[in-house]
Amino acid sequence: MGKSFEPKIVAFACRWCSYAGADMAGTSRMQYPPNARIIRVNCSGRVDPIFVLRALKLKADGVLIAGCHPGDCHYLTGNYQTARRVALLKEYLKAMNLEPERLRLAYVSAAEGAKFAETMKSFVNEIKTLGPNPLSNGGQD
Amino acid sequence: MAELVKQPKIGVFICHCGSNIAGVIDIPKLLEYTERLPHVVIATDYRFMCSDPGQGLIREKIREAGLNRVVVAACSPTLHETTFRRVLNSMGVNVYYFDMANIREHCSWVHSGEEDAALEKAKDLVRMAVARAAELEPLEQKESDVKPSVLVVGAGISGIQAALDVADAGYKVYLVEKEPSIGGHMAKLDKTFPTLDCSSCILTPKMSLVGQHPNIELLTCSEVQEVSGYVGNFTVKVERRPRYVIEDKCTACDDCVEVCPVNVPDEFNAGLSWRKAIYIPFAQAVPNAYVIDTEHCLGMTPIACGKCKEKCEPEAIDYEMESEILELEVGAIIVATGFELFDGRRVLEYGYGLYPDVTTNLEMERMLSAAGPTEGKIVRPSTLEKPKRIAYVQCVGSRSERYNPYCSRVCCMAALKQARQIREKYPDIEVTIFYIDLRAFGKGYEEFYESSARDYGVSFVRGRVSEIRHSFESDKLVVRAEDTLLAQPIEMEADMVVLSCGLEVFSDAEKLTRALGIQRSGDGFLLEAHPKLRPVDTNTDGIFICGAAQGPKDIPDSVAQAKGAAASALTMLSAGKVILQPYAAVVDEDLCAGCGCCEASCPYSAVNVVDNRAQVTEEACKGCGTCAAACPNNAISPQHFTIEQILAQLEALFQEAK
Ligand SMILES: Cc1cc2nc3c(=O)[nH]c(=O)nc-3n(C[C@H](O)[C@H](O)[C@H](O)COP(=O)(O)OP(=O)(O)OC[C@H]3O[C@@H](n4cnc5c(N)ncnc54)[C@H](O)[C@@H]3O)c2cc1C
Ligand code: SF4
Ligand code: SF4
Ligand code: FES
Repeated sequence: MGKSFEPKIVAFACRWCSYAGADMAGTSRMQYPPNARIIRVNCSGRVDPIFVLRALKLKADGVLIAGCHPGDCHYLTGNYQTARRVALLKEYLKAMNLEPERLRLAYVSAAEGAKFAETMKSFVNEIKTLGPNPLSNGGQD
Repeated sequence: MAELVKQPKIGVFICHCGSNIAGVIDIPKLLEYTERLPHVVIATDYRFMCSDPGQGLIREKIREAGLNRVVVAACSPTLHETTFRRVLNSMGVNVYYFDMANIREHCSWVHSGEEDAALEKAKDLVRMAVARAAELEPLEQKESDVKPSVLVVGAGISGIQAALDVADAGYKVYLVEKEPSIGGHMAKLDKTFPTLDCSSCILTPKMSLVGQHPNIELLTCSEVQEVSGYVGNFTVKVERRPRYVIEDKCTACDDCVEVCPVNVPDEFNAGLSWRKAIYIPFAQAVPNAYVIDTEHCLGMTPIACGKCKEKCEPEAIDYEMESEILELEVGAIIVATGFELFDGRRVLEYGYGLYPDVTTNLEMERMLSAAGPTEGKIVRPSTLEKPKRIAYVQCVGSRSERYNPYCSRVCCMAALKQARQIREKYPDIEVTIFYIDLRAFGKGYEEFYESSARDYGVSFVRGRVSEIRHSFESDKLVVRAEDTLLAQPIEMEADMVVLSCGLEVFSDAEKLTRALGIQRSGDGFLLEAHPKLRPVDTNTDGIFICGAAQGPKDIPDSVAQAKGAAASALTMLSAGKVILQPYAAVVDEDLCAGCGCCEASCPYSAVNVVDNRAQVTEEACKGCGTCAAACPNNAISPQHFTIEQILAQLEALFQEAK
């Protein structure tokens, strides 16, 4: 193994709440581990299951979907649909022999910079305990 | 031209942001890496890309290298996407051929101790943005007309000022207030710091202007239920509760009050006096009409009571009035719903609600007011005698781990003001203020504090009060605190205690923010789009905020913000047009199977299956993309967030960064 395992994480963040929450973490200079890359979407409801499966196939060690709190979605109900999709996707991951914890849904408002940073820390830790994505043959390269 | 556009020629512009980015991320290395990315024909850096010379640099490179797509690696797109899109526009490049890599908020600022990792992350973010840029498509911006009217929610001093400014500029205003009269908290104040002008004297003229303004339609006893539409074109459903008194007919003669048999504690006087079930909130109320409080009314029928109607000569009372739903069409919305006073009962150890002589700052305002329940006399509520000593307890509910961590900003000055008024009226009443720090931050405030202490003999003890109890021997209150200047515990007897209760966001904030689709900050108040540069905008275009609803504020700051919000709304209205983002979903008819998954998922019913194919109603679609995630055939996609664009970012992320 040599170097310690540094997971690679994809984070989808809706522009109204969670992307702005990540901005707020920045403006407040809150430090968190540098493992995730954010893809900005209009709403967490935009996150197609294909994106999640493709990310895992591409050997992402974890996928985070971050949206507005229940009831606060800028598009009324987008995040409820996301919650439903995430539940289904987790079942699907199990069937693929992937730990369902590799996919996480988080609710982060535009004001919650601290929560964004905390989510990043705890998700990175969780993935570190899980180890590399099994599809990546033991995390070589 | 079409040929040119097919072949992406991407220019990448990396910003140092002074040392904000360059202090953490090795710019030369990032630049060298960027130059080798596919489709990148030029990569360059500059100290401040958003500055005039920075923008000039982008223009120059677009011209020189014939760029047809631009990526700026800098701050958050929330801050500067519009700035850079304008640069593209000025060069005749479609503004949707633009993307940003957020290497400041999402990188240098949050990984400042980890230079290597931050550089790797920045490389990934730039590579992803470049990959997305190659997939971008030109889109046509649509313009939409702006309805020449504004909704103002909440009619305290902030809402009143905003409404007057918009109305004076010649536009229609709907002013919605949930109470039977406008005026908000300022109507309850006696004098106002720091100049001690009488609150009613400066507020009432503005209130009557509102009542008489031909451009203002005042809706009291009303609340916003639902908001739909978009910037420039909102449709708002407002529920107006019945007042049971016809405003135009009521002459405010007070005859009904004499016959009403029900007594209710008067909320305007903080419960220190009584009113009837039919009442006028206060003498200068606008509209100057009575209202029936159905909760306490015995029943509006001759059998149950019906006395007021019998007595009313102008026949202004109408028991048949019903709630109505009004539908308003407006171009912009200003939210000015103010604050709610922290409930002193929550701090059990202060005994508010238990000991009658423990009061609040707002109750003291009413007591000081010549129009108030005691006609301006200061009395101990338990004995109705003049108190000898009054103690003020600062920061009740504010600056506290247990309640609200923030400073409520007005209570220090309000306590000083009241203490000074008391000493002025009754030089023999001692006033002591228990404080943590006294914050006198505004124009003329420090001077006000100095003279209150010096010329009026108000005394001060530094230390948070830990407990207030009642002594049976002396029939006085005992205030316990630690004097942090002397570093010793002290106890002081007082006849009366005034709690300087802090400010909290207006009640029902959640209901209103959800209806409007705007956000709140961690302290519960309304969230502005940017804490410094966009203090009255929200993240939803066309919706503005002002006054104490945005955060604790005094009157001068509330009025300044209200004028700012009005000016922002007027800017939109007088331009007459707004640009709408062309993000609506489009359907690929060849792929669509007509299954209707999109229809079932759309929060706006903007897509319907017609003749076996999905059809999007462009005006209704907001481009959220929920349908795209639901479609099993990838046949529908919001523009600018297409499956190809997002997958390109994903694929790029996992290409090895070498
Ligand atoms: C004890 C005390 C003393 C003070 N003394 C001073 C002073 O001397 N000088 C000074 O500068 N400042 C003083 N202040 C501060 C001052 O009261 C505020 O700055 C000012 O009232 C803020 O005005 P506003 O219009 O933003 O909010 P508010 O006065 O709270 O008005 C908000 C209005 O919105 C309405 N509303 C709320 N929710 C809704 C809804 N959902 N739909 C429709 N309407 C709604 C409310 O009924 C109310 O009418 C004092 C405050 C206190 C508590
Ligand atoms: S993008 Fe799709 S789901 Fe969202 S509003 Fe438009 S049609 Fe409805
Ligand atoms: S979900 Fe997709 S395939 Fe089904 S009707 Fe909508 S666009 Fe067509
Ligand atoms: S807009 Fe944030 S989850 Fe829908």
